[in-house]
Amino acid sequence: MQAQTLEGGFANLPVDASHAFRAVMTAMARPGDIARVQGAHPPSPMSMAAGVVVLTLCDPETPVFLAASHDTPQVRDWITFHTGAPFTDARGAMFALGAWDELPLSDFPIGTAQYPDRSATVIVESRTLSNDDAILRGPGIKDKATLSLPETQRFQTNAALFPLGLDFIFTCGDRLAALPRTTRVG
Amino acid sequence: MSDYNFAYLDEQTKRMIRRAILKGLAIPGYQVPFASREMPMPYGWGTGGVQVSAAVLTPDDTFKVIDQGADDTTNAVSIRRFFQKTAGVAVTEATSQASVIQTRHRIPEEALRDDQIIVYQVPIPEPLRFLEPSEVETRKMHALEEYGLMHVKLYEDISQHGDIATAYAYPVKVEGRYVMDPSPIPKFDNPKLEMSGIQLFGAGREQRIYAIPPYTKVVSLDFDDYPFQPTKADHACDLCGAPDSYLDELIVDDVGGRMFMCSDTDYCATRRKQGHVGAQGMPYEEDAA
Repeated sequence: MQAQTLEGGFANLPVDASHAFRAVMTAMARPGDIARVQGAHPPSPMSMAAGVVVLTLCDPETPVFLAASHDTPQVRDWITFHTGAPFTDARGAMFALGAWDELPLSDFPIGTAQYPDRSATVIVESRTLSNDDAILRGPGIKDKATLSLPETQRFQTNAALFPLGLDFIFTCGDRLAALPRTTRVG
Repeated sequence: MSDYNFAYLDEQTKRMIRRAILKGLAIPGYQVPFASREMPMPYGWGTGGVQVSAAVLTPDDTFKVIDQGADDTTNAVSIRRFFQKTAGVAVTEATSQASVIQTRHRIPEEALRDDQIIVYQVPIPEPLRFLEPSEVETRKMHALEEYGLMHVKLYEDISQHGDIATAYAYPVKVEGRYVMDPSPIPKFDNPKLEMSGIQLFGAGREQRIYAIPPYTKVVSLDFDDYPFQPTKADHACDLCGAPDSYLDELIVDDVGGRMFMCSDTDYCATRRKQGHVGAQGMPYEEDAA
């Protein structure tokens, strides 16, 4: 096992994870807000923010789907060593990780009528993340918010599934933002 | 600090609770099942709220706990000390200085800011439970958005009492979808459920977590001809004179003497420090023990 696999986790796990979760929770509660996180050093091409999310939320109980660009031995070994999360195909994913255009969105679980929480959380590695482009409305947003999204159609389709649907976390470098299924885009 | 893991719970448990909180925020008002743990306090003492707080707190937080509005009751004091000991967080009784507030049965009078989080202790998270004892059935009712039974209950209130007699745990509809139990807060507090802070609800014995993100639409159920009314005792606080706060009634002797006072102790004390005096109150300094 390479040294790179063993390194890059939280230095002080309980405290680092608590700060990371606060950032992720605030982002999910306030779509459009961009938060800065720190503490993870995952192997390329994973971003620091994606590493933080995985370290904070994934463990042996959460099957992870890796899109092609992230499905490398280095990324697999790092996630396995630090979280113990098993890897899965898209249909079994609780978490999915990858770039927007390679994620098989229609294959991820969207929950069931009785258990809408049994749906995937999709971590989208993004080249840019800023407060422009798409206009967001819905829970967590006072009037309206803006966020750079890869497209709008998919999110409108996703919101129409409510209370089912996918929840998204966008990661870019050490920053992240979130878009739950309740957000109306456009 | 102590020999406990930060905030008492082990990391895997916190991750499980954190995932439930995120799904709760993504589906406002929906009760997310979670694997509630045994806590070093009995069920009914806020084990759900404590587990949510443990998953949410960071060492930088300032923590406040209220029980029916009061900072100084046994339940509030013991939970506050619990996290002082296991998480090393700062604590306060001042609503405005707290970053995380755990509450039993009240929302503070002072409006919460967008950087504040409120955690509710919930005894029975299922608003339909007293109408339909089967979890299988209530889950189906939520899935089908079949909430007629709840309106029948409120209607029966009116036919029996001439008014909607439900005074606490008054059901609300969140973002036009899920009917939710706001925990046994007085219905006086229901309008505050639309707030700028993040609201998290934890039910330990019943193993459910749910949430309301900021600025989410929360509507108290009612009828066109019997609109929802947030009621309180028709009185001003006898200690601080506040005409608009939720009041406790206190029997002070055995010949029928009584006084009304703010249930929110921080709100009342702050007003008294500012010089407000109620009908039976004394100026703040002289009153200090």
